[in-house]
Amino acid sequence: MTSTNTSTHKTSADIDILDLAGTKAKGQRPYFLADKQVEQVLSIAMAVATELAVTRERLASLEAVLTEKGIISADAIEQFAPSAKHTAARSLDTQEYLARILRIVQQDKEEISQDDKSMEQLQRELTQTD
Amino acid sequence: MSNVKTLPSWRALTQHGVMAQANHDEVARLNVLTHLNLHLSSRVIPGLRQVYEKHVHPAFVKDHGREPETRHEVRKVMMEDGYCQLWSALRRNTMEMRHQTGRAMVLRQAGVLSNKVEQLNKGCDTLQLDPKIEVPANINQVDIHCQPGCYYQEYFDQDVTVAASYDVGLFVTTAGLLGALSDGGGQAIANWLKTEHPNFKPKRILDLGCTVGHNAVPLAQAFPDAEVIAIDVATPCLRYAHARAKSLGVDNIRFVQANAESLPQYADESFDLITSAMFWHEASHQMLPKALKTVQRLLKPEGLTIHLEQPQYHGKSVFEQFMRDWDTYYNNEPYWGPMHDLDLAEQLDKAGFDGSAMFEIGVVAKVDEKIFGKSAAGDSGEDYGRAPVWNAFGIWKNKQ
Ligand SMILES: C[S@@+](CC[C@H](N)C(=O)[O-])C[C@H]1O[C@@H](n2cnc3c(N)ncnc32)[C@H](O)[C@@H]1O
Repeated sequence: MTSTNTSTHKTSADIDILDLAGTKAKGQRPYFLADKQVEQVLSIAMAVATELAVTRERLASLEAVLTEKGIISADAIEQFAPSAKHTAARSLDTQEYLARILRIVQQDKEEISQDDKSMEQLQRELTQTD
Repeated sequence: MSNVKTLPSWRALTQHGVMAQANHDEVARLNVLTHLNLHLSSRVIPGLRQVYEKHVHPAFVKDHGREPETRHEVRKVMMEDGYCQLWSALRRNTMEMRHQTGRAMVLRQAGVLSNKVEQLNKGCDTLQLDPKIEVPANINQVDIHCQPGCYYQEYFDQDVTVAASYDVGLFVTTAGLLGALSDGGGQAIANWLKTEHPNFKPKRILDLGCTVGHNAVPLAQAFPDAEVIAIDVATPCLRYAHARAKSLGVDNIRFVQANAESLPQYADESFDLITSAMFWHEASHQMLPKALKTVQRLLKPEGLTIHLEQPQYHGKSVFEQFMRDWDTYYNNEPYWGPMHDLDLAEQLDKAGFDGSAMFEIGVVAKVDEKIFGKSAAGDSGEDYGRAPVWNAFGIWKNKQ
């Protein structure tokens, strides 16, 4: 049996958020399409689609705010050059973005080194009655 | 587009005291995934029946000269169909994206959340953790419903992120149909007790496998004079659940870390009401009979035990069984199928009850319709096991 005390780090500052957020669930991952790589591409496409939807919503929010407040003129965005601080923030954003849309690759990598069991195997174990 | 129903935003959830904070894009992402789940259940799933009836079933009959007899036979042929494969790939992937989204959100505020939880829990004797408890075999080998870290992993000392992410994501998986505190199931049971059994006033209530306590809270609120004992094995869930309940002003729940199998710390016949919600399908053939015996032992004469679950497979077509069984193999729920095959009355019998007295009721999540719309039945399409339309089974002990 595994102990419930599974903590591997001392504080919240020690965790790798990008890796942990996208980590795979224990248990062999089923693939459904005839070609595994095709399915991985599908996963990436769905994640990109999600991110595009998020961006559309953000732009809609932005447009609404700007219109309501009459703050900027139409060419202000074109004229904008990000500062060093902005640039750093965007770099972090982009890394998180990529970790999200490439999660399936990370998880495939994790599965290589893990010894997960299939649901069929576990079902046999769980339904044994001595 | 006028006949298209809109969903509430994730923002409609009650921001209780330990709810993770979502920024603009996180809310947008959670909402997109909620819509994606609804899209799959209402627009993609109906195609599966067509595929089955038009192609897969006739081909099976032609090949075998007989009808498919079990859901496993249906599964084998359905999973070779391209449409079913595509739906499966999308459904699995959406679940994984939901976890990544919830986890990214709670992990970035992990320290803040664990501090909030610690503050709320400080000095309370209503949170009883057992550092020596072990993760039971029924959940220690697989991350149930593809939830990395399952219910119990802690990434640092005092971490509650797996619990916080679970709370954040219930809305997404159920397309928002569980209500503002994701407690539509518990509310429905409390409501049923109040309307059908107005004279039943339980003083001591036990809830098995409470997770974040979301369905124990409405029971505690419905019976404010009762002492509710909510047990689970998972440390982060219990810490989070206790703080969550406290922040909602609920102080008559004692959260206790214990394995439902035996509960030796409680005396025979010491509870009037014993409940669980979506608990038994994560058990095992070893654990379930022991835990039911424990329920029988702990229940007072004339006491009630009632459990929310998805309906049993018995009497359903092999196609519907296959659909309901998808999660068993493809959403890391290996005991889902075996549990839904059980004859529950027989199990109750073996546990020492009079199984013939078992009753079943249909339960639909009770939510604030102003925000969350009319309840699930029929609305979201048939979702075969995900929609908050349950079957509760229960039994009164030694009651004529
Ligand atoms: C699906 S969740 C239950 C959800 C929750 N009750 C609800 O209202 O939606 C199952 C819970 O049971 C707990 N659990 C699993 N095996 C257990 C056992 N042997 N004893 C006590 N709790 C257990 C898990 O840690 C998990 O929190």
